[in-house]
Amino acid sequence: MSSTRTITCRELTEVLTDYLEGVMPVEDRVRFEAHLAICDGCVTYVTQMRQTIEAARALHPAHVEATAPDDLLDAFRAWQRGEPVPEP
Amino acid sequence: MTSAPEIEIVTPMRSDEETLAALRRGDERVFVELVEQHQTLMLRVASRYVRNQAVAEEVVQETWLGVLKGLRNFEGRASLKTWIFRILTNRAITRAEREGRAVPFSSVGDTGPDEPAVDPDRFRPEGDRWPGGWKCFPDPLPEDRLLERETLAVIDSAIAELPDRQHLVISMRDIEGWSADEVCQALQISEANQRVLLHRARSKVRRCLEAYLDPAPALT
Repeated sequence: MSSTRTITCRELTEVLTDYLEGVMPVEDRVRFEAHLAICDGCVTYVTQMRQTIEAARALHPAHVEATAPDDLLDAFRAWQRGEPVPEP
Repeated sequence: MTSAPEIEIVTPMRSDEETLAALRRGDERVFVELVEQHQTLMLRVASRYVRNQAVAEEVVQETWLGVLKGLRNFEGRASLKTWIFRILTNRAITRAEREGRAVPFSSVGDTGPDEPAVDPDRFRPEGDRWPGGWKCFPDPLPEDRLLERETLAVIDSAIAELPDRQHLVISMRDIEGWSADEVCQALQISEANQRVLLHRARSKVRRCLEAYLDPAPALT
């Protein structure tokens, strides 16, 4: 992004993560938000990305089926008794 | 008028200090919970380094033994979770190298080939009145279908098919809700790399989601 020019739609899609991560320099952020103010297409694009993130978050397993294997529990009990942890 | 009873939170989050104290006391229940909490993601991470499910399981097992070994000396400078995953990635790297496998994060700064976030054909060309502008605006994704089982399956497989590094970063950031800093520490990558990988991963998943929910975004 040059400092004199406004940002294009295509450029916006490439720097969106920097924007969402909050690491964009303030001047670039001003240009980014100025573009959003006049471009419905990019507003929709940003919304799509937020929706993507929200949906990915919904994949988080509600409960975990994993169980601690018995040999790990044995190792924990041994460790607790002050015995050396088995070498892998 | 009496006030409503306080709602008790059923699964309180234990702080790292509380967890560590309980483990050092030998609280088996807390150890089991810790294992259950991280086991699935640990396996997912390990299997992106070593490729073989059985070896990945061994790496996870070795990691827990390493955790027990280091527990009394753990000083809590990093969070417990990032410390555990750091042990995991160290183990996985050692194992992958021993087996002559290329490790996903072996070369610093390597984020893979450049790829556009959006198909370049969707933007107006140089020489146009608005170069780099949308030829046709994207459509909003239907909110009511976003969290449907089928849609989530599309996202799940899009994430599964990502290259290793992108897969791990988006899984930890967006599915598991880790912070950027935690992911950098656990995977031993720079903040800039983490961001590039996240950007590519999210952009690709968005493309799959749009292709599924809005199959024919107009190109002209």
